[in-house]
Order: sequence, then C-alpha cells, then structure tokens
Amino acid sequence: MSTSAVAHAGHPPTTTGLDHRKIAIWAFIGSECMLFASLISTYLIYKGRSRVGPFPHEWWCQTTNATSATGPIAGCPAGALFKPILNIPVTSQSTFVLLMSSLAMVLALAAVENKDKPGWAGPGFGGRLLESSKLWLLSTALLGAGFLCYQAYEFTSFVHEGLTIKTNLFGSSFFTLTGFHGAHVTAGVLWLLTLLAIDVKRGLGPRDALLVDISALYWHFVDVVWIAIFTLVYLIR
Amino acid sequence: MAHEPVQQTSESIASAEAHAAEGIVHEHPSWGTYKWVALILTVITIVEVWVYYIPAFVASRLFVPALLTMSAVKFVIVVLFYMHLKYDHKLFRALFTGPLLIAMTTIIALMFLFAKLVIRTG
Repeated sequence: MSTSAVAHAGHPPTTTGLDHRKIAIWAFIGSECMLFASLISTYLIYKGRSRVGPFPHEWWCQTTNATSATGPIAGCPAGALFKPILNIPVTSQSTFVLLMSSLAMVLALAAVENKDKPGWAGPGFGGRLLESSKLWLLSTALLGAGFLCYQAYEFTSFVHEGLTIKTNLFGSSFFTLTGFHGAHVTAGVLWLLTLLAIDVKRGLGPRDALLVDISALYWHFVDVVWIAIFTLVYLIR
Repeated sequence: MAHEPVQQTSESIASAEAHAAEGIVHEHPSWGTYKWVALILTVITIVEVWVYYIPAFVASRLFVPALLTMSAVKFVIVVLFYMHLKYDHKLFRALFTGPLLIAMTTIIALMFLFAKLVIRTG
C-alpha cells in the first residue's frame, strides 16, 4: 500500500513523507529483534548445560542420570526412562499453520487495499474468495489460534512428561522463549479479531489499508521469529 | 484459483513510477507471487524436517549450516515479499536491518563469549 502520508485523512503531512504509524511499527519490530535475540541467546547459552533431564533431543535415565542420543538406555527402569521431549512432527505442523497464516494475512491486506476495485482478483468463485477481506482476516486469526492450540498441547504434554519451567536450564529457557513468542501470537490474534470486528461493523477499505498493513507487519514478524526458533530450538541438536 | 495479476491503469503505473523515483511508494506483489512464496516456504520447511530424520546427515558437518541456511532463506523471503521490504521505502529497510544486524552480532558475540562458538588456530 501507499506509505506516503501526504495530506492523509486524519494524519498530517510528515517531513519524511512517510506515515509515522508505519515508521513506528518498523521501529517497534526493530526493538523486538533485540528482545528475541536476547531470549534466543539465553536459550543457546544454556543449551546442553542442564544437569538433569528431561532433555530436548536425548533419552535420559533418572536413576543413573545417564543420557543417550541414539535410543533407550539399557538397564534403566521403565518409570525412570525419559524420551527426548521435543515432538518434531507436531511442531512441524504448527510451523506450517503459522506459515499459512502469513499467506492469509497478505491476502487480507490485498483484499482491503483493492476493495474499491471490484473484480481485481479475477472472475469466478476464486476471485470472489480473494476479494473477501473478512474471510482472510478470519482465516489468519483462526490459523494463529490453531498455532496457539498446538503450543498449549505441547506445553501441557511437557509438563505431564516432567518438564516444567523449574525443572532444568532447558525448561527455563525453552518455556521463556516459546512462551514470549506465544504471547506475541496471542496479541496478534486479538489485533486481527479487532480488525475483523471493524470490517464486519463498517467494512475496511483502501483508507484503512495502513491499519491492516501495520498489523500484517507485526504478524509476519511473529512468523519470522518462529522460523528462527523452529530451526535453532527444535531442529538443531 | 489461478488469477491474473491486478490490472494496472496507465494512471496508476505512472503514479507508481513517479513515487518509485522518490523512493516512497512501490506496488505490492500479486496473488501469483504470494502463492509461489507460500509454496517455497512449505517446501523448505519439509526439507528441513526431512533432513532432521537422516542420521547420517545429522552427524555430518553440513547439518547445522544447511539448517541455518534454509532458515535464513525462509526469513529473507518472508521479510522481502510478505513484509514488502523489497518494495517499500529504504527508511523501513534501515529501521529493520539495523537492529537485526545488531541483534545477530550480539548473538554471535555471546556464543563466542560462552564458548559455544570457537575459532580453532593451529
């Protein structure tokens, strides 16, 4: 969308020619980079330094405190044997859900930007689908909520398997990092639902595109942070 | 749901060109671009997870660099195309890449400080 704020309704002309709200969201995203860098650094520094399990990628025997990266530890009593705690298939699904939410978000923005150009997306049912900002805002919010459900499932299963924020260094840094990210996703979902409510009430159009653009930038940032977390926390052993 | 990109009028193209010359406004990608970006992101994610389950590759020296590269590619694609940084004003690029570089430098410096990264000499 247009980022120039020349005589924009409700916003005075600016010295840069850019809307202050958009500059502000980029500055905010820049500061968020620092926040997540500190959380990721903490996780990486503590990685491999936990004295007791459960561990992210290794089997752990509670009675002997032995670990194994290849498989169950021979001779360890069944109740004392802990499997690697990270569930890669489930997290892969949640990652896919979040990536698709970003696609839905750009489509929501495109629908709002082009609201005054009926037929911009082409003819037929597919075109009408692409032109529905409500559909894409709702889809983004639902996919974000779906990601949060995956995270709730993951956290709950970790606690049931014996890993809490107090168990070890891995638990502390993992729950802090992913919890902060989840809080950001929650804020994003609430933001999207607010936009959806406005869209339902009075309709969002090109004049509101900046509002949707700003929320989209935040949402995509949450997505790129997860791209980094997924690789650094879940995949790299 | 294959659709042609948005039809641009000569007026809008002229306006976009004028603004582009000022470094202010750029047109956003079409549905076709977004679709391909989503497909590329999905394929990279599938490859990332696939290599995670290949023990020989996990044990090799290529595992971590390969994953970091794939993650970086995904990161850059989302920032350029979904966040429109490729098309937006250079001030926004500076506001994002500046802190991002500081953040990445901080992570790398801390990794050296806590001996997670080591430069071997001799």
